[in-house]
Amino acid sequence: MSKITGSQAIIKCLQEEGVELLFGYPGGAVIELYDELCKSGIRHILVRHEQGAVHAADGFARATGKVGVALLTSGPGATNGVTGIATAYCDSIPIVVLTGQVPRALIGNDAFQEVDIVGITRPCTKHNYLVNNPEDLVPVLREAFYLAASGRPGPVLVDLPKDIIASMISYPPKKKEPIKMQTYQPNTDPHPGQVEKACRACIKAKRPVLYVGGGVILSNSNEELTQLARRLNIPVTMTLMGLGGFPGTDHLSLGMLGMHGSYAANMSVAKSDLLIAVGSRFDDRVTGRLDAFAPLAKIIHIDIDPTSISKNVGVDIPIVADCKLALQAMNCWLDKSSEYKAEEVTELHRPWVEQVKEWDAKHPLAYMESGEIIKPQYVIEKLHELTGGNAIITTEVGQNQMWAAQFYKFNHPRRLLTSGGLGTMGYGLPAAIGAQMAFPEATVIDVAGDGSIQMNIQELATARECGAPVKIAILNNNYLGMVRQWQELFYNRHYASTVMEVTPDFVALAQAYGAVGLRAKTKAEVVPVIKEALATKNLVIMDFSIHREEGVFPMVPAGKATTEMLLV
Amino acid sequence: MKHTLSVLLRNRPGALSRVTGLFSGRCFNIESLCVAETFDPQVSCLTVVTHGEASIIEQVTKQLHKLIDVIKVNDVSEGEFVEREMALIRVKAEAGTRAEVLRIIDIFRGKVVDVSPTSYALEVTGSESKIKAVIDILRPMGIKEIVRTGKIAMARAPKK
Repeated sequence: MSKITGSQAIIKCLQEEGVELLFGYPGGAVIELYDELCKSGIRHILVRHEQGAVHAADGFARATGKVGVALLTSGPGATNGVTGIATAYCDSIPIVVLTGQVPRALIGNDAFQEVDIVGITRPCTKHNYLVNNPEDLVPVLREAFYLAASGRPGPVLVDLPKDIIASMISYPPKKKEPIKMQTYQPNTDPHPGQVEKACRACIKAKRPVLYVGGGVILSNSNEELTQLARRLNIPVTMTLMGLGGFPGTDHLSLGMLGMHGSYAANMSVAKSDLLIAVGSRFDDRVTGRLDAFAPLAKIIHIDIDPTSISKNVGVDIPIVADCKLALQAMNCWLDKSSEYKAEEVTELHRPWVEQVKEWDAKHPLAYMESGEIIKPQYVIEKLHELTGGNAIITTEVGQNQMWAAQFYKFNHPRRLLTSGGLGTMGYGLPAAIGAQMAFPEATVIDVAGDGSIQMNIQELATARECGAPVKIAILNNNYLGMVRQWQELFYNRHYASTVMEVTPDFVALAQAYGAVGLRAKTKAEVVPVIKEALATKNLVIMDFSIHREEGVFPMVPAGKATTEMLLV
Repeated sequence: MKHTLSVLLRNRPGALSRVTGLFSGRCFNIESLCVAETFDPQVSCLTVVTHGEASIIEQVTKQLHKLIDVIKVNDVSEGEFVEREMALIRVKAEAGTRAEVLRIIDIFRGKVVDVSPTSYALEVTGSESKIKAVIDILRPMGIKEIVRTGKIAMARAPKK
């Protein structure tokens, strides 16, 4: 068999995996790979900082459901990617990160741009590899893609020593059968007995609630979930990661739960007698004080990761499975069972649904109007209205993220791309570029704050260069707003280091990058600015001067029960 | 509650570090840890002694299982098992005590593995409590150095 170089083998592998697009930044250790990459048909997006490359790959993965790929050089290139990798890890996003490494002979010698990136990323990757033998290169890359996308997805890093990239190898043909690993066999099929128990509990419960997380998005099971919720007449609340898993405008949707969840969502969980957790992980931002979380409820938990089950909250009916298969199995059981009578169940749950609606009517998501001053929630409402709810929204982290989650009613999955677990400021812009490259015709909006947008503002150049007409909506209050809100509520309004005394002129900044800058200072200017932005084919920054001390409500103070909400 | 976990893992660079990193990163406790190749050179066996409530041990076990390099996790302390630990103890042995040290080590079925004019190095094998008993009894003689292996364990074969 004729031999090819390591870099040719890597490119071939990427093509086999269907990679058409990757995000990266070159350097000494990967120069040879770049030489080959830029001769291949794979499109490379040159970012301006490696964190941006990993977030962009992550945004691409969230928007498409495919594995995102980032390529970084050794040393600082690799360490700059760590925040991006940890972000993807916390939200179970399938990405493969390729990093250059110094030649094998120099590893451990404190060589120039050498860092033990496999050691550094061990706790924030699903798995990682240092390729030590040329013949391992191709099998490792195949395994990396398989691991990233299967089971509970996550980031996989492959560290590639420079001499491996340059070595000559025989390319092993791809086998037809899927990869099998002795030590990794995620269980995807639900146990039929558990499915039956879960279904019976659902049709008997008087006050059931579906609590849906990112697993529903990752497993593309929104349709199965929607079918189940409607036929059983069960209200649905979603975590930040689960938004879009069930239509946000459906009458059974309670919106988000938890720290900034809706009154109806948190009350429903607190009073429910059956909580059906689907692809969610009982995160502290969802549960608040653990002993007061769903105290009256029996708990069904569907998750592909056994470690998620009974980690924080004891579970009565665990189902370790792919959410899609588990929900299909439940629907299938209901189709066949004589115990399930649609009208009876709908009637049984009707008083509960009415109760839930009463809570929603009593304290809907709301905000105080204040004349001509722009309210951030109003901006999000108008973004929703003027995009017909069809935009892909990325967010930064903080108040901007919560307002976007509360007021943009997501009806479809993979339309909200946000760093939920790690809470990474600076995520939104590069993720928006990743999503826009996947869907060039889509409207992609990064909802940002004036603080967080500056964390990866350099990616404006990337967006311009690759022609990604992302729309950035900065909710500008000259504060690090979320921390300021906590300081207002719990630290005697001592705004320690949360006042942004100098922020750039974002309109001028946009122009400096060859983008379009628009500004709205009054409520009346909001709609024209959004309309103009949406009609522009170029990258746009919309700078909204918002009410400075606006807060995110409802709010459950840290460590409190979720029923102890501070309301508007 | 103390648990002894026997973990089979792929004998690969970094595999041990994944296990120890998991314990430190999740604040699980390690009392002792022992690892070596099994009869299959591709596989290592790691014995780790940890303690915690049942729910913690359940998490430890599940999290270990989740590591890609881990093949099998078995809580041997759930059933009947044998455990052994070895200690090398250097103890003062001067004119007046040399004979007494030898008698003691004989009682515990230990061995002298190194001799100098002023000390003996002793090898003792057994359960944790036996090792502790030897150390307690030798302490008044003047222990100069102790090196212990940590525990290894094996589930007993079914009797039927």
